[in-house]
Amino acid sequence: MNNQEKKDLRIFAAQIRIALLEELKARGFGHVGGSLSICDLLAVLYGKVMNYKPEDPKWADRDKVVSSKGHAGPALYATLALKGFFPMDELKTLNRPGTNLPSHCDKNKTIGIDCTTGSLGQGTSQAVGMALGDKLKGRPSRTFLIVGDGEIDEGQCWEAAMFTAAKKVNNLVWIVDDNKRQLDGPTAEILPTFDLRAKFEAFGFDAVRVPGNDVEALYEALTKTPEDKPIAIIMDNVKGSGVKAVEDTPANHSMTVNAETWDSYIAAVKADLETIEKEVV
Amino acid sequence: MKVIYDGSADSRTFKEFLSTDIPKLLDENPDYIYLDADLMSCIGTAKYGKAHPDRAINCGIAEANMVGIACGLSAAGFKPICHTFGPFASRRCYDQVFLSGAYAHNSITMIGSDPGVTAAMNGGTHMPFEDVALYRAIPGATIVDPADTAQLAAIFQDLVDREGVKYLRVNRKSNDRVYADGEKFEIGKGVVLREGADVTIIASGFMVGRAIKAADLLKKQGIDATVIDMFTIKPLDEELVLKYAEKTGAVVTVENHNAIGGLYSAVADVLAAKCPTRMARVAVEDEFGEVGPVDYLAERFGLTTEHIVEAAESVVVRE
Ligand SMILES: Cc1ncc(C[n+]2csc(CCOP(=O)(O)OP(=O)(O)O)c2C)c(N)n1
Repeated sequence: MNNQEKKDLRIFAAQIRIALLEELKARGFGHVGGSLSICDLLAVLYGKVMNYKPEDPKWADRDKVVSSKGHAGPALYATLALKGFFPMDELKTLNRPGTNLPSHCDKNKTIGIDCTTGSLGQGTSQAVGMALGDKLKGRPSRTFLIVGDGEIDEGQCWEAAMFTAAKKVNNLVWIVDDNKRQLDGPTAEILPTFDLRAKFEAFGFDAVRVPGNDVEALYEALTKTPEDKPIAIIMDNVKGSGVKAVEDTPANHSMTVNAETWDSYIAAVKADLETIEKEVV
Repeated sequence: MKVIYDGSADSRTFKEFLSTDIPKLLDENPDYIYLDADLMSCIGTAKYGKAHPDRAINCGIAEANMVGIACGLSAAGFKPICHTFGPFASRRCYDQVFLSGAYAHNSITMIGSDPGVTAAMNGGTHMPFEDVALYRAIPGATIVDPADTAQLAAIFQDLVDREGVKYLRVNRKSNDRVYADGEKFEIGKGVVLREGADVTIIASGFMVGRAIKAADLLKKQGIDATVIDMFTIKPLDEELVLKYAEKTGAVVTVENHNAIGGLYSAVADVLAAKCPTRMARVAVEDEFGEVGPVDYLAERFGLTTEHIVEAAESVVVRE
C-alpha cells in the first residue's frame, strides 16, 4: 500500500467516525464504544479490501460482512451511507419508530447489512454458513466476521471456530475486536480471554495480532491469501478508539450524553481529520 | 389488600429493588449465590459484584454456561439466582434450564429483565414475547410477572427459596404503582383489584396498571369490570379464574407477551376444559418485536388501555 492509499483510508476512517457520532447525536445515546473501535477496520474493508456494489447490494458474488457484535450496527450504517447504499440523512432515523436502522444489525431492514445479529455469538455460525454456501456455490466471495472480545465468551463462537478450521472454510476471515472491555467492565476482570492468538492457533487458524487502528497492517492481514488454514485477526484495540474522551470514559459501552458533548467528540475527530488531510505524502 | 393505584409510576424502579435486595439476600445467607452474564451494571449489582466476586459471580457473556453452573451449584447445596436480559434468560439457555435445571430437579431462579415492549431501544432481537411460553412448557416451573416493586419485595425471597425452576420477568424501569408497601402476596394466588359483575380482566406485570385504568374507563360506560392481577402465570390460580369466569361470563386477558403460550393461553386452557367462557385478549399477535420507545411499541403491538377497553366491550354480554 502506498502512502496516498494509506492516507485515504485514514481519512475515510475519520469520516466514518464523524458520521457515526452525528448519527448517535441525533438520537442522544447509543453503543458508542464498540462502534468506534471498528471504524478503522470498516474503512479498510469498505475502502479497499471488499468487492461490492452499492447499487446492487444483493449481488451474489459480493464480499460480505457479519458484525456478530450486532450492537456495532451504527458504525456499519455510517459506513454504508458514506458508500452510497442509502442516503446520509437516513442515519438520523437511528432507533426512531419505524426506522430501517435498529440498534442491532438486521439484514431485512437495512440495505447493505448481510446478517441479522444482536444475540451475541450467533453471527459466528451464520457467517460460517454464509461463507460455506458461497464456497459450495463456487462464488469468489469472502466473508469478514467481526466478533467482540466479550462476545467470545459465548461457547457458540468456539463451536463455529472449530468448524471453520476443521472444514477449511478459508473464505471466512475471523476478526476479533480485542478492545479489552465488555459491558460490565474490563474483559480481564469479567472473564479473561487469555491469549486469543494462541487459542485460535490451537483451533487450527493462521492467527495474527494487529493494531486495531493501523490501516496498513489491517490491510495486509485482510488481504493475505489463506494457504491451508483460515485466517484469524486479533485486533489489538481500545474501546471508544479515535475519540480520546470516549476512550477515557470507563463505562463507554452505551453512552447517553448531551448534544454539546457529542459535538465535542465530533470536533475532536474533525481536528484529527484536518491534520491527516494536511499530511504530505 | 391496599391498592393505591392512581396512574403514577412506582416510586422505585425494579432495578433499584434488585440492586439492593439481591445483595441483601446474599449477605443474609451464604447459601444464596448470584450469577450474571455481563449485565450486572444493567440491574445495578456491579458494585456489589466487584466487592464480593465469590458471592456475585460474573460469568461473562455465556448464558448457557451460567445456567449449567447454577444447576451444579444447586446440586452442591446453593440457591442460585441468575440474571440476564429476558431473551437470553429464556431462549438462549433453554435446554440448560430445561434439562440441567428442571428435569434434573435442580433449583434455580432465573431473572429475565426487560420483557416484551420494555426492551424498547434494544429492539427486536432483545424483545421477548415468548419467554412465558417457553417457561410454561417446562414441567413444574414457576413464572412470576410482578406488577410493581411492593409486590416483588413481598415474594422475592419466597421465590428464590422455592423448589424447581423459577422465572421472574421484570422491567428494569418502573411499572405503574399498584400496591402499598408491606402488602402480603402468595405465589400462585391471583389478586382481585376491582370487583365488577360484567367482565373479568386478568392482567400481569407491566399491564396491570393499564387494566385498572381500563376498568375505570369502562365504569363510565356502565360496564363493571373485575380486575385480577395474575402475577403468577404458572402455577395458575385456576380456582380464581373459574370463580370469576362463572360470575361475569366474560374474560379478557392482558399481557405484554405473544398471545401464543402466554397468559391468554394459560387462562384459555383452564376455561376450555372446565368452564367455556367468552374471551378476548390484549396481547402481541404472533409478531416479532422492533425498536422504539415503550409508548410507541405499546401502541404498535396493541397493548394500550384503549385496546383493553375495546376488548372488554367486545365480550360483555349486554342485556
Ligand atoms: C447473548 C447476549 N447476551 C448478552 C447481550 C448483551 N450485551 C450486548 S453488548 C454486550 C457486551 C459486548 O462486549 P464485546 O463483545 O466486548 O463488545 P464491545 O466491547 O466491542 O462493544 C452485552 C453483554 C447480548 N446482546 N447478547
